[in-house]
Amino acid sequence: MNLNTQEPISEKKHHEFLTENTDFEVRSLDAVCFNESELNHPWWYNFKYAIAGLLFGVILVKAEVISWFRIQEMFRLQSFHMYGVIGSAVAVGMLSVFIIKKFKIKTIYNEPIEFVDKKLNKGNIYGGLLFGFGWALTGACPGPLFAQIGSGATVIIVTLFSALVGTWIYGYFREKLPH
Amino acid sequence: MLEWIKQPWPWYVAGPLIGLTVPALLLVGNKSFGISSSLRHACAACLPANIPFFKYDWKKEIWNLFFVAGILAGGLIAAQLLSNPGPVQVNAKLAEEMVTYGVTNYEGLVPKDLFAWPELLTARGIIMMVGGGLLVGFGTRYAGGCTSGHAIMGLSNLQFPSLITTISFMAGGFIVANLVLPFLLKL
Repeated sequence: MNLNTQEPISEKKHHEFLTENTDFEVRSLDAVCFNESELNHPWWYNFKYAIAGLLFGVILVKAEVISWFRIQEMFRLQSFHMYGVIGSAVAVGMLSVFIIKKFKIKTIYNEPIEFVDKKLNKGNIYGGLLFGFGWALTGACPGPLFAQIGSGATVIIVTLFSALVGTWIYGYFREKLPH
Repeated sequence: MLEWIKQPWPWYVAGPLIGLTVPALLLVGNKSFGISSSLRHACAACLPANIPFFKYDWKKEIWNLFFVAGILAGGLIAAQLLSNPGPVQVNAKLAEEMVTYGVTNYEGLVPKDLFAWPELLTARGIIMMVGGGLLVGFGTRYAGGCTSGHAIMGLSNLQFPSLITTISFMAGGFIVANLVLPFLLKL
């Protein structure tokens, strides 16, 4: 009963907090922290995310999403495969989010599920283009990088390390970049 | 059954399963699907260097690092136990073009002719592996997400900025794959 009166307050706080920042990632991080503070699970509760990741990794490999050749076919319009994978993933994701919102479904720990609106900034275009360049070169987005290494392409450790350096460089120059 | 699993999975099986990652993470712990943030958390954990962008409690985001560790393990399991013994089937036109660059090995999903340790000694290899990696890391963070965070999670949540970002990803990829790689691969 008390929950009903408390929820709108936390919601409001949450959103006030979120309007302060233009970087989606920062906002989502803070939003998660906001939720996390209410639950104090032991660290090994995180293994359920490792299991989710494991299943996701198997799918990436078996659907050949981690293949440089599949990515080249996508960007050359030589195969429908990747469009089918991403398109049907989005369709299922959209339907799931719709159902969760519509029926106000809660997490398995009975917490409300929250969504954060993203705010458009120039980084979406500039950063998006730069990532697109890298995606065509490496044939991998961040998820497949991990799966490629796991599948035995050890040299991709170099690419993953470069991606870490790229992320760090972005953090270093962030204030000077147009957003 | 195992024989079927070992074959490459068609898009209409893999795509919906990838899509189910979105509700799975939301239901299990209110987490928005995203992968590139893990790179930021790793920076925050290892070398924050007093940069404001890396000064936050990364330990609260550790679920994301567990998730990517899981992806790595999944890659290992799929390659060791469930792998397709045959070569990667590619579009005939692509294969025809690849021959002109000396790419003829279709044994692995990652082409051994381009991504191998000795290739790091060539200009082509450095540009593709090191340069490409830098662009992936810098670009995803600048855009505020990657294919999972924007194209899948963002579009699932009907976010207009994610649509713009996804279009930018594709535009960047089309430019490099069609206009830059034909020259780069000849190096």
